[in-house]
Amino acid sequence: MKRGLFLPVVVTFGFVFLYAPIVSLVVFSFNQSRLVTVWGGFSTKWYGELFANPQVLDAGLLSLRVAACSASIALVLGTLCAVALTRFRRFRGRTALGAMVSAPLVMPDVITGLSLLLLFVAMESLFGWPAGRGEVTIIIAHSTFCMAYVTVVVQSRLSDLDLSLEEAAQDLGAIPVRVFFDITLPIIAPALLSSWLLSFTLSLDDLVIASFVSGPGSSTLPMVIFSKIKLGVSPDVNALATIIIGVVALGVAIAAVLQSRRR
Amino acid sequence: MGELEWQCRLGADLMTTALVDPAPPSPPWRPWGRLRRWLALAGFSGRWAVILPPLLWLLVFFLVPLVVVIKIGFSASIVGQPPYLPLLTFSPQGDVQMTLHLSNFIFLAQDHLYLDAYLSSLKIAAISTVLALFIGYPMAYFIARSPDRLRNMLLMLVILPFWSSFLLRVYAWIGLLKNNGVINNFLGLFHIGPFTLLYTDFAVYLGIVYTYLPFMILPLYTNLVKLDGALLEASADLGAKPFRTFLSVTLPLSLPGIVAGSMLVFIPAIGEYVIPQLLGGPSTLMIGRVLWDEFFTNRDWPVASAVAIAMLVAVVAPLLFLQRAQNAVVER
Repeated sequence: MKRGLFLPVVVTFGFVFLYAPIVSLVVFSFNQSRLVTVWGGFSTKWYGELFANPQVLDAGLLSLRVAACSASIALVLGTLCAVALTRFRRFRGRTALGAMVSAPLVMPDVITGLSLLLLFVAMESLFGWPAGRGEVTIIIAHSTFCMAYVTVVVQSRLSDLDLSLEEAAQDLGAIPVRVFFDITLPIIAPALLSSWLLSFTLSLDDLVIASFVSGPGSSTLPMVIFSKIKLGVSPDVNALATIIIGVVALGVAIAAVLQSRRR
Repeated sequence: MGELEWQCRLGADLMTTALVDPAPPSPPWRPWGRLRRWLALAGFSGRWAVILPPLLWLLVFFLVPLVVVIKIGFSASIVGQPPYLPLLTFSPQGDVQMTLHLSNFIFLAQDHLYLDAYLSSLKIAAISTVLALFIGYPMAYFIARSPDRLRNMLLMLVILPFWSSFLLRVYAWIGLLKNNGVINNFLGLFHIGPFTLLYTDFAVYLGIVYTYLPFMILPLYTNLVKLDGALLEASADLGAKPFRTFLSVTLPLSLPGIVAGSMLVFIPAIGEYVIPQLLGGPSTLMIGRVLWDEFFTNRDWPVASAVAIAMLVAVVAPLLFLQRAQNAVVER
């Protein structure tokens, strides 16, 4: 049958397309030779070189701090925003809030970065804050665009939620804050976790916005990688990529095991 | 009659309470309650504690920045810090004078670079979206039709690359596409090539399709997995060949998924900076790259802002149109 053959071929091609670059990254990270594409024997020396490079380590730590902070801020603000948009029928500024929170989803990164940088410059000249740019300004910028993703995820979970549970708690005399923390929050906890992880990843991955809003001396990991790549291919970048891929794969494996155990 | 009786009893209750408690304790001093009452009088309820933080945050860090961009887009550029002139000037008599410089926009309109970059971004984004659709659709269809266990595994394989670094995955293609890269070395074994693959428009298409393929597959999958198998059987029973069934049943029903997936690829592709910068040649024009160069290389903030405004108008307008089209499709 024609249909029986066509689909598997395309799908296999698709998965090879998705994974071939990743496999090549991993393989050539263990290459002895400096030439990334010519095999010169097995070696782990690029990993040693990577860990001996303080610039990469500092940038990695900065990126992790920024990602953790902005994911947490985005989680709080995005959840509040999602609650406001799903639970409050009408209030002044509802349309504006809805439009503003979803706009970063369609906004090109270069515009987000440029506009925030110009804001920070204007604010600094008006009231002296933020003095210079660095970690704080990157966290603000990342929180703003991650918030949009948190809102989308939490909003869809909240609108699926059975309203009668919240109503029952309210009928039993719980005030709205209590209802939220005792009933709503435990139910939407998985959505909160996944949107925190999503924000964390997006922040860790961002090059363009961070390049605009960071100042001298505070380079995030993607900025360091980008400047290394622009100079040409270098095997320690492959080593870094392998470590990141390993961590992600490990995380996914743990999540899969936990999920299957719950069932 | 019953109501009257109830009122009497209520009156009696009130009287008894009044008799039992001759000296009611003074009400506890609750500043929060009073504050709340005042706030409520001012039209301010507890829900504003929920609404205000995100609203204020977005006003300050989303709306105001856009206003600043528009302001600087209309300023004249100077050499200095900051490299633009203020819009509002105060004369010694106390008059406020506002000067709008359209020069940046006239410059944009006169220099072909900007229009070309915009059109070329649209072209690259559109072609990549179509390519991603052609690869993503069969994959989504296959995953949706697979048995449960296989389906979950395949889905995870589609999502997994997204969690690892985007920059590093684009970087991986440099190693594959280089003149002495993996692909050319492989083809060299058969004495084919070498081909110039890196730093071409082809590499940019490849990079965009590769990066955004999961965004195409996932909405298509969620749509196709809901497809009722009975419809396909009915179509087959009525004598339609599989391809005919696909064209007249599956494809029309999956239209919302196609639109959603295409938008998720098309939108970020237009403003893309990293992929054309790393994989494209110097002739690969994209509007995001032009803005970046204008800002970081030429240090011309007003022109960069003008490019941003033009981009907002040119990108947001088609997006609103697409959004409306998508809503129309979904409603149907």
